[in-house]
Amino acid sequence: MKVLVAIKRVIDHNVRVRIREDHSDVDLTHAKMAMNPFCEIALEEAVRLKEQGIADEVVAVSIGDKSVQEQLRTAMALGADRTIHVNSDTAVDSLGAARVLAEVVRRESPGLVLLGKQSIDSDSSQTGPMLAALTQMPQATFASRIVIEGERLQVTREIDGGLETLSMSLPAVVTTDLRLNEPRYAKLPAIMKAKKRPIESLEIDELGVEVTPRQTLVRVDIPRERQAGVRVESVDELIDRLKNEAKVI
Amino acid sequence: MSDARILVIAEQEKGHLSSATARVLDAAGRLGGSIDVLVAGSQSGEAAQQAARLTGVAGVISVEDSAFDHMLAENMGALVVSLAAPYTHLLCASTTSGRNVMPRVAALLGVGQISDVIAVESADTFVRPIYAGSVLATVRSLDDKKVMTIRPTAFEPVGEQDAASVSSAASTGEQGMTTFVNEQLAGGERPELGGARVIVSGGRGLGSAENFRLIEGVADRLGAAVGASRAAVDAGYVPNDLQVGQTGKMVAPELYIAAGISGAVQHLAGMKDSRIIVAINSDEEAPIFQVADYGLVADLFQALPELERKL
Repeated sequence: MKVLVAIKRVIDHNVRVRIREDHSDVDLTHAKMAMNPFCEIALEEAVRLKEQGIADEVVAVSIGDKSVQEQLRTAMALGADRTIHVNSDTAVDSLGAARVLAEVVRRESPGLVLLGKQSIDSDSSQTGPMLAALTQMPQATFASRIVIEGERLQVTREIDGGLETLSMSLPAVVTTDLRLNEPRYAKLPAIMKAKKRPIESLEIDELGVEVTPRQTLVRVDIPRERQAGVRVESVDELIDRLKNEAKVI
Repeated sequence: MSDARILVIAEQEKGHLSSATARVLDAAGRLGGSIDVLVAGSQSGEAAQQAARLTGVAGVISVEDSAFDHMLAENMGALVVSLAAPYTHLLCASTTSGRNVMPRVAALLGVGQISDVIAVESADTFVRPIYAGSVLATVRSLDDKKVMTIRPTAFEPVGEQDAASVSSAASTGEQGMTTFVNEQLAGGERPELGGARVIVSGGRGLGSAENFRLIEGVADRLGAAVGASRAAVDAGYVPNDLQVGQTGKMVAPELYIAAGISGAVQHLAGMKDSRIIVAINSDEEAPIFQVADYGLVADLFQALPELERKL
């Protein structure tokens, strides 16, 4: 079985995001970039499926300008067999990305597609289910456990009240939650080797898909910070203030 | 007043309407226009009666078919698309169900989706958090049909009215892709984190799973839900469905008590919109005190039992 993994290049999760002075957008100039953490989990799961003998090929795909090749090389160092760069000078939104990925799915015919549950920049959680819709595949979002049994897939999802397990036919689209696995680190020899390996390249204009963004960004703002309140000296004072000042108990 | 026609996709379980629905209706009301509600699944008729009494609802569509239990995305997606034609806006709470179903609906309709809306500026312009809430983006949708998820805690529940009419619609049935196997729900007697008025959360400072009983004791005095920090979950003190934070539940109760929680950014992202925050921690330098309305520097193992006794 071939497993396709979508990879997004985002700002490193340790970097504090700034906005431009004119509030027109976030300011990513000189910001450290990395593979989206949830995509790392998706890739790790694909590599583990290969190590278990369930998958025979792991293909990683990323959409963006040349810079995303950096994350595709990381993907190879972490165990991806092949990588596909869909070259686009302009940013695509979730629907655009899903349409591009649907075209890649049509060409590659994977048995399973893994994506992160969301990217830590736009926080939309859309691309996975959109891809499932466009390719008429079943979907499981927020997966914390994946078990493949022959032609079917059993996925445990993290839902608001706890956990839910679904069974679905393959091929399917699965988006990964934090607890699915703990991604490995790339080893230096693998990183060196990945530098020399080829990356397949596709031009977004040649895929025949409509990717014009469906929303415009009007402005960005930094939310108002919460201020520290008062220190209380005792449990009695705390209870008194909660009753008589805040009136919440 | 705009001429929006809005369909709110409500969640229901065994005839019980989700409490988030009343809050999504507040957001829907701010769009201007007429509002219908869709409830689907076994016993949806009972939930439809509850929805009909919520202020602002013009009509309720009930589709009673077990194919829609557990909000399975493939089945729900097909149903919503079959009903979508007359509507300008399709809204659902940004729960794990809403975030599962609505992108599928949007893609089937060939439109974008706006996730996790926290403010409505106009019928096409909305505010939503990005970068884990450290930035707020105001976005304008260019689509004829707006498919949106609404963060319930950012809106107030609407009140009650004389019941609107309830009608039924044809089921699109089972799509034959996914079946529900089972679920493990946490909780029991305590309220669910998402809808609780008061939450008492514990962190690594508790030191063990056994000591989490101190949190539960205070929570039960207040009729509160129990929460936890990621550190407490990772340490194995409590199951992960109790986790409050960027990668867990986003909550905004009237009162949030954080005990033994240092206040990592990832936790703050999930609870900083609470009305009153109380921090109890033995480390007076803990960052949680910077967002707390009331801070108590104290030993948890003395303060929590004392709190339970005196409440």
